[in-house]
Amino acid sequence: MKEITLHVNRQDFRASVEDHWTLLDVLRNVIGYTGAKKGCDKGECGACTVIMDSRAVQSCLVLAVQAQGKEIVTIEGLASEGRLDPIQTSFHELGAIQCGYCTPGMIMTAKALLARNSRPSRDEIKEGLSGNLCRCTGYVKIVEAVEHASRLMQSGD
Amino acid sequence: MKTDYVNIGKRLPRVDGIVKATGEAKYAGDLSLPGMLYGKILRSPHPHARIIDIDTSRAKALPGVRAVVTGKDTLGFKAGGIAVQGDEPYLALDKVRFIGDEVAAVAAVDEETAENALELIEVSYELLPPVLDPQAAMAAGSALVHDDMPGNLSVKTDLSYGDVEKAFASCDYIREDTFQTPAIRHGFLEPHAALASWDKSGKLTCWASKQSPYFTYRNMGKSLGIPPSRVRFIQPYLGGGFGGKNEMFAVDFCAAFLSMKTGRPVRVVASQEEVLFAYRQRHPTLVKMKTGLMKDGTMVAIDVEIIADGGAYASIGAMSLYHMCTFPAFPYRVPNLRARGRRVYTNTQPSCAMRGHGAPQVRFAAETQLEMAAEELGLDPVEMRLKNAVHANETTGNGFKVTSCGLTECIEEARKIAEAWRGAAKAHQDPRRKRGVGVASYGFICGPRLAGHNTAAALVKVHEDGGIALVTGSTDCGQGSDTAMSQIAAEVLGVRLEDIRYGTLDSEITPVDPGVFGSRVTFITGNAVRLAAEDARQQLAEVAAGMLEADAGDIVFKDRRVYVAGSPERGFSFDKLVKTAQYSGTGKTILGRGYWAPAGLDPPDFKTGRGNCSGAYSFGTQVAEVEVDVETGRVTVRRLAMVHDCGQTINELLTEGQLEGSAIGGIGHTFTEVIIRKDGQTMNPSFLEYRMPTALDACEVRSAHTTTVDEVGPFGAKESGEGIQVAITPALVNAVHDAIGIWFKEIPITPGTIVDALRAAGRPKGENP
Repeated sequence: MKEITLHVNRQDFRASVEDHWTLLDVLRNVIGYTGAKKGCDKGECGACTVIMDSRAVQSCLVLAVQAQGKEIVTIEGLASEGRLDPIQTSFHELGAIQCGYCTPGMIMTAKALLARNSRPSRDEIKEGLSGNLCRCTGYVKIVEAVEHASRLMQSGD
Repeated sequence: MKTDYVNIGKRLPRVDGIVKATGEAKYAGDLSLPGMLYGKILRSPHPHARIIDIDTSRAKALPGVRAVVTGKDTLGFKAGGIAVQGDEPYLALDKVRFIGDEVAAVAAVDEETAENALELIEVSYELLPPVLDPQAAMAAGSALVHDDMPGNLSVKTDLSYGDVEKAFASCDYIREDTFQTPAIRHGFLEPHAALASWDKSGKLTCWASKQSPYFTYRNMGKSLGIPPSRVRFIQPYLGGGFGGKNEMFAVDFCAAFLSMKTGRPVRVVASQEEVLFAYRQRHPTLVKMKTGLMKDGTMVAIDVEIIADGGAYASIGAMSLYHMCTFPAFPYRVPNLRARGRRVYTNTQPSCAMRGHGAPQVRFAAETQLEMAAEELGLDPVEMRLKNAVHANETTGNGFKVTSCGLTECIEEARKIAEAWRGAAKAHQDPRRKRGVGVASYGFICGPRLAGHNTAAALVKVHEDGGIALVTGSTDCGQGSDTAMSQIAAEVLGVRLEDIRYGTLDSEITPVDPGVFGSRVTFITGNAVRLAAEDARQQLAEVAAGMLEADAGDIVFKDRRVYVAGSPERGFSFDKLVKTAQYSGTGKTILGRGYWAPAGLDPPDFKTGRGNCSGAYSFGTQVAEVEVDVETGRVTVRRLAMVHDCGQTINELLTEGQLEGSAIGGIGHTFTEVIIRKDGQTMNPSFLEYRMPTALDACEVRSAHTTTVDEVGPFGAKESGEGIQVAITPALVNAVHDAIGIWFKEIPITPGTIVDALRAAGRPKGENP
């Protein structure tokens, strides 16, 4: 076991981990953030997506030890001071959520996408979300929600 | 049609949207308890073998292992989707019947120790010849998947009405085709998971990813030898089901059984790889269909033979086969029909219900064949559909009593859309990228009446602040039923959706429910909710009547106000009424209850296929536009239109979500999805190799619905969950034909099959057909 410190959602967490433990497992089992989901555990579904140093990563493909010294944001850290992120409200209000299992990963992917491209085209949104699977929605309302969030963020609402 | 609703028919966000958007919603695999152990399951590496011996001594000796169990330790209960057909032990008793069949289970202090222990379990097998092809399985001399089931016949249905032989003799035109559909995945992202805790008082508490928890409640009782009232099932959030999470599985049993053995809570979470090679699939089918028509397109007779590969166990296969035998005709008026369905055991993953349950396979065959016949007869296939469509207040040959029916309006609306799209598609003169438009129709049930329990129930508790607690026994798998049920309660009580608190299903206190299958919740549970809310409203109306010196029957509940009909000023707020009821005199606690199931149904006879199993039927017609690249064989779906009759929509936003999810899912079913097997081994047990649609496939989906209002459905509503999955594949197949002039009788239609078919048809790449 190795003692590491992870910086998650603006807080430091000390954790004892094995070298082969993934960031996903440590977030879920050690720190207690279960928002990132273990859909496939091999980087194929995107349900475990978190933001690490401004990039969306599949936390099942990152070792916990690799995440030391990085700025990690999970779905639990997206709302600030009790206020939901515009992406979260857009997903909710536009019907982009069904079973909700893909939702945290989808929202974190969208967050990273809008951070680097604040006005993505519809095709850029689809491309950006293409690593996140969803069986319920057919993606139509998810794409609309990301477009809507982009507009909300533009207008500073 | 009534239109001044406050809640019904509106575009309202779902009641569980915020907690899902923030990651706070907990799914079964997210839950843990102090002292919890981790369970893992050992699976068969062989498709068919007899278990000679299992030596668990080395596994038990591994430090950190707390229990190892095999089938011999259990009561030997065998599960079946229909109780009389139980053939599936949760841990193998004598044989293993497919690669992935459960052999033993371990509980240990952590997942890695549990996994390591699995490797120390030594199983001696006597290998048996695997039965892999359903047709060969039926032949004399085939090895038997179940020793007591001759011919590997799992279920058979012989449905017949009219006089098929005589009818064919009178037909102007007969054609016969064979269609084939593959094994596909439900595709939910949340793997099966269960957490169970047994206590010394003899009570089991469990949380699991189940879409029909009362199946698990009953089978936990049977398999563990305890009364179901000692099983407390608590519903966590559910990460999708689509039919694949109805039944209780080994993952649930092992969590409970290992908890009993160890006295500690045990959590078992399957990996997605396990889900993909060791759990359920949609029945692969071979559909041999003969249809007889008059030259004006009138459908006269259908003779259909269906061989469905059931895999290793019965599951809910009897119902699946019943649907497969019924839906070759429905939603058309076909006076003579003979359907011979055979569900066959093989040594592969068990097949079960999946969205549309049996209907998508046979509607693909029927709607494609209808267009093939129309082409040969020189008829307009849309006219043919209109000519044969069932209408309201008609009884079909197998006994379906159709009450409300908007099928004709659906077809007519779809025709307008298809004509506009086809005009644009034909104007697109690109010899390489050819466009085409296709249409197909469906009808579906609103909750099947099986032989078992069919009643849904609801409870309404009115809080003193005017908030309402509502519980039912139905599960929200993501389709949004918690929201739809809350809207119904809100509308009846004259409050708003945000005033309703939808409670967690807990089998100890919430009402028993059949489960979430066959598109039943809106129609059946919705009526129970309506009755429970009406019961609470009646109790409140009596109090209000005393306060307002009016008749209880004249009290109106609307938008958080209570007043005398015709005099809105004679009234007060809803919460004031509740407080008065609760505090004045001896006080009154407002608790409403309701239960409901459609009356007068005939449960289907699985042998003959006859019966009227649903209280209403939904309908629809779907339109697809595709572009086929004749060089690469790649198909791009440009847009889809879903015209449907689900009665009065309860929530426009959620209904659209159902339509869109079905539409895009259907693209996968038609063009990319297939479970590939070699010698019984699933070769693509990952999302990388089993290709479901991604955001790149999200085309324009247009939703339109008829103004049908069902007399029995709550506020006139019918189902909108499963029927909409049924006609997408044939609409897409017909669109591909429209584009390149080739019929496909087998799905998925991959780029390779398109290129091969174009070549076989003698149309070199890029040449106009």
